[in-house]
Amino acid sequence: MDQILLQLKNVRQAYGEQVVIHDISLILRKGQIGCLLGPSGCGKTTALRCIAGFERISAGKILLNGACVSNANFCMPPEQRRIGMVFQDYALFPHLNVADNIGFGLHRLTKAEREWRVDELLRIVHLTGLSKQYPHQLSGGQQQRVALARALAPRPALMLLDEPFSNLDVSLRQQLSMEVRNILKDQGITAILVTHDQAEAFAIADEIGVMFQGEIQQWDTAFNLYHRPINRFVADFIGQGVFLPGKIIDDQHVEIELGILKNVVSQQWESGYDKNAKDCVVDVLLRPDDIVYDDSSLMRATVVYKAFLGAEILYTLCLNSGAKVLSLIPSHHNHMIGQEIGIRLEIDHIVAFKQAL
Amino acid sequence: MIIWRLVPLIAAALVLLPVGVIVSSLFSPANDVWQHLVQTTLSSLLVNTFWLVLGVMAGTALLGISLAWVTTIYEFPGRRFFSWALLLPMAVPAYVTAFVALGLFDFTGPIQTTLRAWLSSDLSWFPDIRGRAGIIIVMTLAFYPYVYLLARNAFLSQGKRSLEVAQSLGFNRRQGFFKVVLPMARPWIAGGIMLVLMETLADFGTVAVFNYNTFTTAIYKAWFSMFSLPAASQLASLLIIIVFAVIVVEQQFRSRMRYAEHKRTERLQRIQLSGWKKWLVTSFVLSVLFWAFLLPVTQLCWWGIQSFTQDFDVIRYLEFLWHSLMLSGLAALLICLVVVAVVYAARRNPNSVTRFAVRTATIGYALPGTVLAIGVYVPFAWLDGQMSEWAWNWLQIETGQLIQGTLFTMLIAYLIRFMAVSHYPIDSAMHRITSNIDEAAMSLGIHGWEMIRKIHVPILRPGIFTAATLVFVDVMKEMPITLMTRPFGWDTLAVRIFEMTSEGQWEQAAVPAVTLVLAGLIPIFLFMRQTEK
Repeated sequence: MDQILLQLKNVRQAYGEQVVIHDISLILRKGQIGCLLGPSGCGKTTALRCIAGFERISAGKILLNGACVSNANFCMPPEQRRIGMVFQDYALFPHLNVADNIGFGLHRLTKAEREWRVDELLRIVHLTGLSKQYPHQLSGGQQQRVALARALAPRPALMLLDEPFSNLDVSLRQQLSMEVRNILKDQGITAILVTHDQAEAFAIADEIGVMFQGEIQQWDTAFNLYHRPINRFVADFIGQGVFLPGKIIDDQHVEIELGILKNVVSQQWESGYDKNAKDCVVDVLLRPDDIVYDDSSLMRATVVYKAFLGAEILYTLCLNSGAKVLSLIPSHHNHMIGQEIGIRLEIDHIVAFKQAL
Repeated sequence: MIIWRLVPLIAAALVLLPVGVIVSSLFSPANDVWQHLVQTTLSSLLVNTFWLVLGVMAGTALLGISLAWVTTIYEFPGRRFFSWALLLPMAVPAYVTAFVALGLFDFTGPIQTTLRAWLSSDLSWFPDIRGRAGIIIVMTLAFYPYVYLLARNAFLSQGKRSLEVAQSLGFNRRQGFFKVVLPMARPWIAGGIMLVLMETLADFGTVAVFNYNTFTTAIYKAWFSMFSLPAASQLASLLIIIVFAVIVVEQQFRSRMRYAEHKRTERLQRIQLSGWKKWLVTSFVLSVLFWAFLLPVTQLCWWGIQSFTQDFDVIRYLEFLWHSLMLSGLAALLICLVVVAVVYAARRNPNSVTRFAVRTATIGYALPGTVLAIGVYVPFAWLDGQMSEWAWNWLQIETGQLIQGTLFTMLIAYLIRFMAVSHYPIDSAMHRITSNIDEAAMSLGIHGWEMIRKIHVPILRPGIFTAATLVFVDVMKEMPITLMTRPFGWDTLAVRIFEMTSEGQWEQAAVPAVTLVLAGLIPIFLFMRQTEK
């Protein structure tokens, strides 16, 4: 395993009475890209600013390369932390051209070294030829690249990106987030990104922390967040899906309206639940890809709503009991609203939570 | 309709008329008085103006920037209160601050008298307030809010953020301030300093009280003491050249401000100052407020109370007040009507000619009042002459002066100077009526006068109200135009202050001055209400 670059231990941050971060712990290894994902107001940007050193923390500690940079009594100034930061609004200097913006943090280098490094960065972010332009003459995507290059220039130990793509339109966002990931990986930069957009998080990050109410709910890979959510909030926030009531038969089987499900990944079951208690009622998570179309199936459901997505259609189906489920079906199966279709379950593991009271 | 095309052009022509008259006097042969002025006083005028402008610019920059910085970036006791209270000196006309300072610090003033009594010394070391440094300090205290306001805007929108960028690139806070924050705010700061520069060049009342000779006082004296209109216009033409050079520079900065604009992204978390540092900041800010506002206003109130208990002539005071209110009201009405017409016309014909005309019409604010008074007087006197000659030749009637020295002349001068003041709020309000709004109204079957009444008037009303208030207060405080163009007997509060202070009767000037300060507070409260929304 690579060496640990960033570690947060039980970090708490509060403005007076108002607690923004309750308790955050995380580990990021060298070369990894981490992400803090969550709805607005969950404290993710504040967490990032604590790592940068713009905010003091009220408890816990932050370690960078093994050295403590923040605790309740101490806060190393941001300029001594060797961090690079890409701001949400890019915060480019309007009075400096592209080359001067990028070279701004290289004040310790000689002029020749600085020029060489700026040229190198212009190549890396594909902006060669624009060095004499001013920020207001650039498109949003280009400004973004300049901001990235400016942060990369001093070879920071850790790169912080605060909602870096939120000001771009959707098509550009996907393209650029892939590009940014490639650049960071090529340069071997450890980075941590903050966003509310899960597609963006999935595209860039190796590990993602889902945040809610000032706490990291789950720190995991994208695959596990989707398929093995640790609690109801993560299950709701990541991807789409519905909960159907189910009854536990034993520690391997759960019965729901659509039949008996096998092979329970039992550790997914929310803590505090006694998995041996028979007949206990739980909520079972059904993702749209768990239900597939099968004309020959005896299990029937009525189409109540459909959303055309291109390759697939996302159907909302009504079961006999009146419960609704989602199903992602290849779009050449074009059904009318009101039509009854055959469906089949295709689940390798069950995610179930104690029923909400 | 052709009339709509003409309105902005007429407004622009009105502003260009005095400018043209004044500038053309530069080419008319010099007369004896002018020769005399060149030989005796011109060089001292230039030197005086140069040092005054330089000193006030440096002083307001220093004070305005530092106050804006501490109130936006730091948290210290009373910060919320001070950030708006620091605008209060704007309510006190500079000439009022000036005469209060003289009254306070003069040889016979309370401060020197008290010190003499305490120290039983003759106080020969005490600096003369009437000197150059004295007037620079007074004008700095009166004008710093312009720089403060604009620098604060810049710092609020980008200060904290750009400081963070600098820190993330390895600069400490102090380096960040000088290397990033200040250069980024330069267009705003320079814009504020340019405003100060224009106010300083245009100022008449303060320099008159201090007997500090600049172009504006020289123009006044050339006209009223030497009765030489040509000399006055030639002095005015020199001043106008300086002013226009300033305008050109200012426009440059303004165009740079446009693309550097940032939107405010998030709630600012201010830096908490520790222990003695926060009290140091508080006492610095408090001392500025004390010298610029609290002390002068307290002294004014004290004098006011004293003059009340002595032989205060209520009838005469009410007469001055009535004249001030009447003139301000008429001016506000006239100016708002004209500006609404201009803005409407610009909206209907959004072409380059109209835009240029509107810009020309709004540079009148840069014309110093003394210059404007002469620039309006000369053509009107000529017109009067032509009319009375015509009337005598054709109708055998002795008309006398028809327009010179009437309210009409005065209002036209006000109109030229203050169109810019009312243009901004009315124009912003007009921009809220997009063409889509008109089309939405039309699609709902409303057009013509009904649309104006139901849609335009309600949307424009707050803007017009703000504009009228600003003009009203500005005209009330205005001194040189009123002084030089008023009809016989039309003394206002500002004129009364001028007359009393030129005789050193500070107490007599106090009650009118307090009245002006109270009026001056209105736009500040309006502004605060707007920014707090």
